[in-house]
Amino acid sequence: MKFDTIIIGGGLSGLACGIKLAESGKRCAIISTGQSALHFCSGSFDFLGYVNGFDVETPASTLEKVIPQGHPYALMGAKRAVEVAAVVPEFFARMGVKVNGSIERNHYRITPLGIMKPTWLSLDDFTVIADKNKLPWAKVSIQNIEGFLDFHTAFIADNFEKMGTTCTITAFNLPELKHLRTNPTEMRSANLAKTFENVDVVKRAAELINRNAGDAEAVVLPAVFGLFDDKAVQELKRAVKLPVCFVPVIPPSVPGIRTQIMMRRRFQELGGTYLLGDTVNDAVVADGVVKSVKTANLGDTVLEADNFVLATGSFFSHGLVAHPDKVVEPLFGVDVKADADRDNWYNSSLFEEQPYMSYGVIVDDSFRTATGGNTISNLYAAGAVLSSFNPIKEASGAGVSLITALHVADLIINKK
Amino acid sequence: MIKDTFNISDNNFEQCLKCTVCTVYCPVAAVKPEYPGPKQSGPDGERLRLKNPDFYDEALKYCLNCKRCEVACPHDVKIGDIIQAARIKYSKKKPGLREMMLANTDIMGQMATTFSPVVNLSLGLKPVKAVLDGVMKIDGHRTFPKYASQKFESWFKKTAQASQAQYKNRVSFFHGCYINYNYPQLGKDFVKAMTAVGYGVQLLEKEKCCGVALISNGLIDQAKKQAELNIHSIRRSVAEAGIPVVGASSTCVFTMRDEYPHLLGVDNADVRDGINLATRFLYSLVDSGKVRLAFRDDYKLHLAYHTACHMEKMGWAIYSISALRLIPGVKLTVLDSQCCGIAGTYGFKKENYPTSQAIGDSLFKKIEALAPDYVVTDCETCKWQIEMSTSVPVKHPISIIADALDVEKTIELNRR
Repeated sequence: MKFDTIIIGGGLSGLACGIKLAESGKRCAIISTGQSALHFCSGSFDFLGYVNGFDVETPASTLEKVIPQGHPYALMGAKRAVEVAAVVPEFFARMGVKVNGSIERNHYRITPLGIMKPTWLSLDDFTVIADKNKLPWAKVSIQNIEGFLDFHTAFIADNFEKMGTTCTITAFNLPELKHLRTNPTEMRSANLAKTFENVDVVKRAAELINRNAGDAEAVVLPAVFGLFDDKAVQELKRAVKLPVCFVPVIPPSVPGIRTQIMMRRRFQELGGTYLLGDTVNDAVVADGVVKSVKTANLGDTVLEADNFVLATGSFFSHGLVAHPDKVVEPLFGVDVKADADRDNWYNSSLFEEQPYMSYGVIVDDSFRTATGGNTISNLYAAGAVLSSFNPIKEASGAGVSLITALHVADLIINKK
Repeated sequence: MIKDTFNISDNNFEQCLKCTVCTVYCPVAAVKPEYPGPKQSGPDGERLRLKNPDFYDEALKYCLNCKRCEVACPHDVKIGDIIQAARIKYSKKKPGLREMMLANTDIMGQMATTFSPVVNLSLGLKPVKAVLDGVMKIDGHRTFPKYASQKFESWFKKTAQASQAQYKNRVSFFHGCYINYNYPQLGKDFVKAMTAVGYGVQLLEKEKCCGVALISNGLIDQAKKQAELNIHSIRRSVAEAGIPVVGASSTCVFTMRDEYPHLLGVDNADVRDGINLATRFLYSLVDSGKVRLAFRDDYKLHLAYHTACHMEKMGWAIYSISALRLIPGVKLTVLDSQCCGIAGTYGFKKENYPTSQAIGDSLFKKIEALAPDYVVTDCETCKWQIEMSTSVPVKHPISIIADALDVEKTIELNRR
């Protein structure tokens, strides 16, 4: 089978790259070993949240001053990174994913524990908060679903009170939700969201929420609405009389899964082929060019393409594999940046910067990989598999995934 | 590579890191909370069962064996296999008369085709249905697939076999129970399509039911015997004569390729690659330029492709979809891949009927809203479920291709 581009990895980066290519009429396939890290997504996308431990207020203007050499943003140039970032909201809007925020100024998102973190874009479900130390409400009603263990109301209240917001904590219940509790360990966010796909259940939940809210200025609810699209979110916001402030819960993340579903849908509607649950197990590389790959499921079917994109993610998704004495990229064995001495991989102080976090595939300024220093001219890398950035310390994970993916897509589109 | 280094078990049990992604895609957990879900039933429960078999939970019987958890798993943990293997190893529940009846497709089919007019009539009668429902606990909403008056094998031997010698290329056809006893037309369509492209069809030396229903109903010894007999015949064809084995049913093919070694301990490693699915076999021939197809100008239909669970697990929907897209007059809509709820004999059992229909509900609604001329799927039990639950008739992709084919022109194109 022949494609223009084959993308290995079906998460945020692989999908963004595939959609952009498909939008310009390219025939693409995405091969994904199982589902992606979007299932653990906070509902927000970070571009650059911290520099040296301090919050970044204006990512666009800060980036140019602080970006270290070799950083994925630096490889394309800070100006170009900001330029790509500026079109992301529109890119998402084309697949029905509504986001708020701007590359000119970060806002704050609320974590599952009720702490504020700087971020770039947030899904429309979530409240965009401007001030790190103050919520827009003097009093909120935090409401859980009875028996749901992945929404930690007491922590949230504790942290909200520190910011001067008074909190009340209650829980609501409905027969449909009680039914899910037959098996308390399986009362998970996604199963709740599936129950809330029924508009009638949402409406009845909203009635209870309204009744519980008392004299609060807003209600704080777990983000377990809208799995396949955002209809349940819209319906809930319409039916609840006060502003709704969603707080993300312990994974799986309903807004994240929805984003994955909507991105995949967009890719397939544009004619893309998405192979889920399949793994590349063989590749033919000759004269610095990848000719074809084979997969576990498709067996002897040869998958050919002009270009290949490695969007396999980091250690978690086996895009990188740590052996006792080395870190490797397992599919093509391309060059990886990692310290040769294992003792230098970690910092024994857990909360300090961990060197292994910035290990990854080495690329040139056209995001092309290499083996033994020799460039593979049609094998690009994008997203978390890249080296020289620290998604946690910088709060840059989603940004690097999206921006490098869209940049690589442009490089492929404009290739002669 | 990863397995060799770190694992002690074949099912990748040790690779589970509790990410919960599988629980999102379990069709049962959301509608039947009595089922503990794939994570708890699979790797989590296995840890306990390894300590003490008394931790086995009979609620594992609610697992459909759809394997969608495995497709979703980012770490290739064979969650479905772990659950089915636990049922085989630990369940103390003995199969009853109903299980014997539903599982023994060969014996039932042999009897029923002999007396098909009487059987078809009586299975449709209200008193018979009442007995099946009340005494046998086979749900009264279900309609048994009609039995044919002449088995496919009898038709083939009488009508088609003699003319197959003229073809240089050969395939052995694993027809399965459904084609043999209920729907010989699909077998005839297969012969029509294969011979048109210059491939003669032969039967296997001996063929028994693939055993999927025996496995799911706990009749493991019998399943193993049938598996060994089938693999013996397949070996004669694939290994000794070099003739590939092709089946039309995605579940039969999946069972013989993967469930035989994983659940029954029947080794098929030497012939597994030689067991193929009809649409994959045909499309691969076309894609590699070995054969060409010509279609009728007047064939114009709107089709909706439904990806059966085992088709999703094999990752082979791409072949059926690509094959259907070859037909110029076909407008193809690919439905989002989801379980229809029947899962073979599962949905026939009275206690599972509501679960079965709740799982398929959103699929049925989508099909009704789309109103295609046909739903197309590679699985016969999906066909029964969708035809019972919607107003749209269902066809196998091979039947569609056989109908759309300009046979004379195709024969001409492939004559060398």
